[in-house]
Amino acid sequence: MTLTRRGFIKLSATAALTTAFSGLGFAAKPTKGTPGAASPAVDRIAQLKPEWSKQTTTNCCYCAVGCGLIVNTALSGTKRALNIEGDPDHPINEGALCAKGASLYQLTEGTPGMPNPRLQKVMYRKPYGTKWEEKSWDWALEQIAKRVKKSRDASFQEKNAAGVTVNRCEGIASVGSAAMDNEECWAYQAFLRSIGLTYIEHQARICHSSTVPALAESFGRGAMTNHWIDIKNSDCVLIMGSNCAETHPISFKWVTKAQEAGGTVIHVDPRFTRTSAKSNIYAPLRSGTDIAFLGGMINHILENNLIFKEYVVNYTNASFIVGKDFDFKDGMFSGFDEATSKYDKSKWAFEYDASGAPKRDNTLADPRCVYQLLKKHFSRYTVKNVTETTGTPEDKLLAVYKAYCATGKPDKSGTVMYAMGWTQHTVGVQNIRTMAMVQLLLGNIGVAGGGVNALRGESNVQGSTDQGLLYHILPGYLPTPTAKEKSLDEYLKLITPVSKDPKSLNWKKNQPKYMASLLKSFYKDAELSQAYDWMPKLEVGQNNSWLVLFDKMLAGQFTGFFAWGMNPAVSGANSNKTREAMTKVDWMVTVNIYDSETSSFWKGPGMDPKKVKTEVFMLPCSVSTEKEGSITNSGRWMQWRYEGPKPLGESKPDGEIIYELANKVRELYQKEGGALPGPVLGMNWSDMGDGHAFDAHKTARLINGTYLKDVEVKQPDGSVKVFKKGSQVQSFADLQADGSTTSGCWVYAGSYVDPDPKKGNRAMRRSKEQTPAQAAVGLYPNWSWAWPVNRRVVYNRASVDLTGKPYAPQKPILAWDATGKKWDIDVVDGGGAPGAIHPFIMQTHGMGALFGPGLNDGPFPEHYEPQECPVSSHVFSKTLHSPTALTFKGEKHSVCDPRYPIVCTSYRVTEHWQTGLMTRYQPWLLEAQPQMFCEMSEELGKMRGIKNGEKVILENGRGKLWAVAIVTKRFKPMLIQGNVVHQVGIPWHFGWMQPKDGGDAANLLTPSVGDPNTGIPETKAFMVNVRKA
Amino acid sequence: MSNGKSFLVDLTKCTACRGCQVACKQWKKMPGEKTKNTGSYQNPPDFSFTTLRVVRFSEKEMDGQMKWFFTPDQCRHCLDAPCKTATNDPDAILIDEQTGAVVYTAKTAKEDFETVRGICPYDVPRQDKKSKVISKCDMCNDRVKAGKRPACVTSCPTGTMNFGDRDEMLKLAAKRLAEAKKRFPKAQLIDADSVRVIFLTADEPNLYAKNLVADASALPGREGYTRQELFAALRKPMRNILG
Repeated sequence: MTLTRRGFIKLSATAALTTAFSGLGFAAKPTKGTPGAASPAVDRIAQLKPEWSKQTTTNCCYCAVGCGLIVNTALSGTKRALNIEGDPDHPINEGALCAKGASLYQLTEGTPGMPNPRLQKVMYRKPYGTKWEEKSWDWALEQIAKRVKKSRDASFQEKNAAGVTVNRCEGIASVGSAAMDNEECWAYQAFLRSIGLTYIEHQARICHSSTVPALAESFGRGAMTNHWIDIKNSDCVLIMGSNCAETHPISFKWVTKAQEAGGTVIHVDPRFTRTSAKSNIYAPLRSGTDIAFLGGMINHILENNLIFKEYVVNYTNASFIVGKDFDFKDGMFSGFDEATSKYDKSKWAFEYDASGAPKRDNTLADPRCVYQLLKKHFSRYTVKNVTETTGTPEDKLLAVYKAYCATGKPDKSGTVMYAMGWTQHTVGVQNIRTMAMVQLLLGNIGVAGGGVNALRGESNVQGSTDQGLLYHILPGYLPTPTAKEKSLDEYLKLITPVSKDPKSLNWKKNQPKYMASLLKSFYKDAELSQAYDWMPKLEVGQNNSWLVLFDKMLAGQFTGFFAWGMNPAVSGANSNKTREAMTKVDWMVTVNIYDSETSSFWKGPGMDPKKVKTEVFMLPCSVSTEKEGSITNSGRWMQWRYEGPKPLGESKPDGEIIYELANKVRELYQKEGGALPGPVLGMNWSDMGDGHAFDAHKTARLINGTYLKDVEVKQPDGSVKVFKKGSQVQSFADLQADGSTTSGCWVYAGSYVDPDPKKGNRAMRRSKEQTPAQAAVGLYPNWSWAWPVNRRVVYNRASVDLTGKPYAPQKPILAWDATGKKWDIDVVDGGGAPGAIHPFIMQTHGMGALFGPGLNDGPFPEHYEPQECPVSSHVFSKTLHSPTALTFKGEKHSVCDPRYPIVCTSYRVTEHWQTGLMTRYQPWLLEAQPQMFCEMSEELGKMRGIKNGEKVILENGRGKLWAVAIVTKRFKPMLIQGNVVHQVGIPWHFGWMQPKDGGDAANLLTPSVGDPNTGIPETKAFMVNVRKA
Repeated sequence: MSNGKSFLVDLTKCTACRGCQVACKQWKKMPGEKTKNTGSYQNPPDFSFTTLRVVRFSEKEMDGQMKWFFTPDQCRHCLDAPCKTATNDPDAILIDEQTGAVVYTAKTAKEDFETVRGICPYDVPRQDKKSKVISKCDMCNDRVKAGKRPACVTSCPTGTMNFGDRDEMLKLAAKRLAEAKKRFPKAQLIDADSVRVIFLTADEPNLYAKNLVADASALPGREGYTRQELFAALRKPMRNILG
C-alpha cells in the first residue's frame, strides 16, 4: 500500500472525500452541509480510480436486454458500491441505461445518508402472529427443512392410483425465479425435483410462456430468433404487443438505428405511447384482437401475392398435404370433444408417401396443401371484417399492411418486437403464431433484421426457462415425464421424433443423449434407469400451471409453499384469489430483496392476521451486484456477472440459500429416513458446491457437462479424439446416451469448456473482435456466448438459397466459402453444404410451420374474443371465445355486461418493473412514477365526469382499486361493430405495501382464465367500470 | 479560451426513458423527491435544488395526428451566461476556462436568488431553502475534465444526448438538422449561437416546453426581451439591463 492509497482509505472512512480539485481553475472546497448541490463535496472521479475502488462488471437485473454496467466498490471503509453506471464497452447498450438501469446503485445501496430499505435479516411470522420476529439463518433453515420433510413425507406418492411409479410430492408448491442466475435456477430446480415437486412454476409462465410453444411449433425453438443489435438491420420494425421504448428502452437504440438507415417503424397498440411517438406509423387496435389484425395481413399477402415464393416453397410446410380428417367450420377445427373441451389433434395430421416422408406439392396448387388451406382459412379476414373487430381505421390498417408486406422481397427484411400484449391472452400462443406465419410467408425468418423477437422482460427469464423451472419441462426443454412413460426407454421413445425425409436433420432425434446427460447431472452415481425412476412424474395431461396451482392452493392441496424471488400477491392474475389462497398453506418461505405484498400478505388489505394460520419465513437475498453467476438475455447471450460489494447485512445469494437448505433437508433424511430418501440423498450437490457452500462456477460447469469416463468421439474428418474423464464437454454434439457424460442443460453445452474459467467460461468473454462482415450486421461472436453453439441468429440457414447465396447480399449473416467448404459470418444452423439439409433443423421435417398441428387450439390461428369482452358476437364465426381456454368452475366473466362496459388492459412503464418490488423502494424511480394511474380518453373522461388528475375507482366482479386519472388524447374510443367502445389502461407495478399512497395491484381486476396451451393468464384484456372516486 | 464543449440534444430521437434524469442523480448522489401523480408522466414536475434535469412531456394533436414531445431539460451553459452577470461575488458562478461549463459554487448562497433565476432565459436555477445555495447542472465538469462524458450523455440510448468539442457539436448539429428536415420540415436548432446545450426540435419549439427558447420576459424592469435582445444587452454592463 502506498501512502497515497492510505490517504484515500482515510478519506473513505468518512465517506466524504475532500481532496482538492486539480486543474478546475477554481477553488472546489468541500461544500459541507449542502447535500444535493451540483458542485461535488466528494471527488467522485478519484473514487473511481483503482487505488480507491474495485471495478467489476455486471448486467442489469431488470428487463432482458442485458445491458452492461460497471460497479465501483470502495476498497476500504464502507466497502460498499460508490458508483454504478453503464459500461461504454458493452456492445448492446454502449453505456446507455434507462431510468431503471441507471438506478441500480440505489437498488444496491439505497439513498446515501438514509437507512437502506432492503431486507437485511431473516424474519419470521408465527401462525396467527401479528408481527415479524427477527431470527437467525441457522434457526430458520432448520425449521424450514423440518417443515419440508414433514410436508413431503405426508404427501409423497411413490405410486399413483393405477400403481404406476410416480415418485412425486404434491403437498408443496413453488414459484420462482427468473431473478436468479442460471446456476441458481439449476440448483433450485434440482432441489425441488429431488424432493419430488411437480408444482414448479415461475415468472416465465405468466410472461412469455405462450412464446415457447408458438415459436417452437413454427420454427423449432422457443426463443427470440435474433438479438438486440440485429434490429438495426431491419427495413421495417413492427412493434405490436409491445411498447418497447418504455419497457425495453435500450432496445430503442437499435430501433432508432434502423430508422436512421431508412427503415420504417410501426407501432400497433390500443394506446399512443412513447413508442408510438417515435414511430413512422401508429395504428390503434382494441386489446385482444391481434389475430384479426394479423390474419388480415396474411389475407393481404395471399390476395396480393406478396409472398417470397422460393422461400415459402423450399423452407416452409406450405407444400405439405394435410390429411382428409382436417376440417374447419364456423370457428371450430375438426376433432373437438365437447365433454373435455379438447381437440383430437390426430385429425390434423399430414399425409405421408410410401417412404414415410410428408407428401408435398411444390406447385402449391393442391387444394389440400397447406398453402391452399391457409388461403381459404384467412379469406374471411377482409379489411371490413378486421376493422369492425379491431377498431383500427381502414387507412391506418392498410398503411401498416403495405409497409410491412414490402419486406417480402428477397433482399428486404422485417422484424417484429412483441411482448405481453400478445402473450397474455387466452389466444396468446396463436397471436404469436399468426406473426410467425406472416414472417414465413415474407421470408423474414433466419435473416438479418428479421425474426420474431420475443422481448423477454426479466433479466434471466430466458435462462430460468432454459433451466426448466416450470412444471412441464426439465432443463433444455425436455418434457417432464408422465406416468405413461413407465421406463426410461418409453420416455426416450417419446422424445425421439422420426423423419423419413433424407434432407431433414431432425435434430431432436438426439434428445436421448441430452436426457441421459441430464439424469447423470442429477444423479451421478445412479444407473440411468434408477435416476429416471426417481424423477417426479405427472399424470398424462396434468396441468400444474400457475392458475391451477393457486386454484389448488385455495382448495387446500398444499401445506407448504415457496415464493422464491417472486411476489405473486401482485403478479398473479386475480390477486384477491391468490392472496386468499396463501391463507390456506401451513407454511410459506419467501426469498426477496425487500419485504413484499406476498411476505406480508397476512396483514394486507382485508386480512385479519389473527385469523391467518400461515407461518412465514422471510429470507433476505442479495442483489445481483453482490454475487457471481450468469444470466441469459432475450437474445440468448449468456453473460457472467461478478461480485461488487459483499451481500448487504445478513442477506445471502440465492444459490447459497438453496444449497444450505438442501443440506439441512438431506441431513434430516440421513438421520431420520422418511419417504423415498433416494433422490433426496442421491442428488449431485457435490458438483454444485463444496458440500457446504454453493459454487456458481462448479454449477456452471455441471450445466455445460463433463465426461464421467474417458470417451472416444469420432470427429467430422473421421479421426478419433479421446476426451478424458473429468474434462469439460465441448458441445452438445459430443453428449452421450450411455451415461458417460453429464450436462445439466444441453443447450448450454459449449458454454464452459475448460475447468479454468479464464480459458473455458465463455460467458465471461469480452472481446469485440469481429470480421468486417460481422461488423456490418452487428455480430459480436467473441462477446459472451449465445446458445445454441454461439449462434447469434437462429435458423440463419434460411437466409441463403439452396446454393448458399445470401438472399440479402447487402447484409448477409451467412456466406458459403466454396473453396474452404465452410460457412462464414454466423455459426450455421445445421452443418453440411448449401442445400444439403432443410433449414429448420429442430423441426421433425425441417420446415418452418405455416400449419401447426401440435398446438391445443388449432393448426391455424383464429380470432376469438377474450373471455371478457364488450361484444356478444363477432364477424368471423359463431364461436365467441376460444373453445379450449383454461377456465375455472364457478368464476364468472363479463361479456357485454352493462355493469362493466369498459375494456381494460394492464402494462408496464419505463420507471417501474414487474410487481414494482424492485423499483418502488427507489426514490429516483418513485419520484418519476409515484402512484397508480389510469389512462383514459377525453371522451370517456367527459362521459364519466372525470377530470385529469382526479382520483378514480376501477372495479369489476373480482376487485376494486383506485388510481389517478390521466385523461389524454392518447387514448381514443373505438368503433367496434358499429358501437363505440372505450378502453382504459393501468400499470401493474403498484402494491399496497410501498409507497403507502401508491395504490394496489392491477391484478386485483384481472381474471383467472388462461391459454389452452400454456395456461398464461389473460391479463391484457378484461372488463371493468371506471368512476370518479 | 478555446471553443470549449457543447451538447447537441436531438429531440427527434428522445423517447423520454428518463435514463438521463436518473443517471444525473446517480452520479451526483442526489435524493429523490416526494411527488404525486397529477395526471401527467412529467415528474418531478419541474427543476429543483436536487433535480437538475427533468424530462418534460407535452401532448399535442395536430391535423388529427397525435404528437408527444419530450424535452430532457437542463441548464444551457450560455456562452455569455446572464446569471453570471447577476452575481456580486465573482466566485459564486464560475466559467470553466477549458470546457465553458457554467458552475455554481456554495458562494451562490450569498447572492440574490430571485435575480439569478429571473435573469435566466430558460428559468433553470433553483435554491436550497435551508442553505440558500443555488444549483443547476454543472455539465458534469468533473467527469468531463477526467475524459468522461456527462452522466446524462453516457446514459442516453438513442443518440439524443451528444457531447463534445463545440466545433464538433456545431458540425453534428448541422448534419442532424439536414437529416431531420427530411422527415420533419419544421425541424430547427434552438439558440445555437448563444448556448452550449443546443436543442434540435422536430417542430415549433413552443410545442415542447415553455422555456425551450430563451425568454427574458421574467426580467425585472422591462417586459418582453427577445432572446437576441437579451444576449445583445448582456454584452453591456449588467445595470444597463436592469435599468
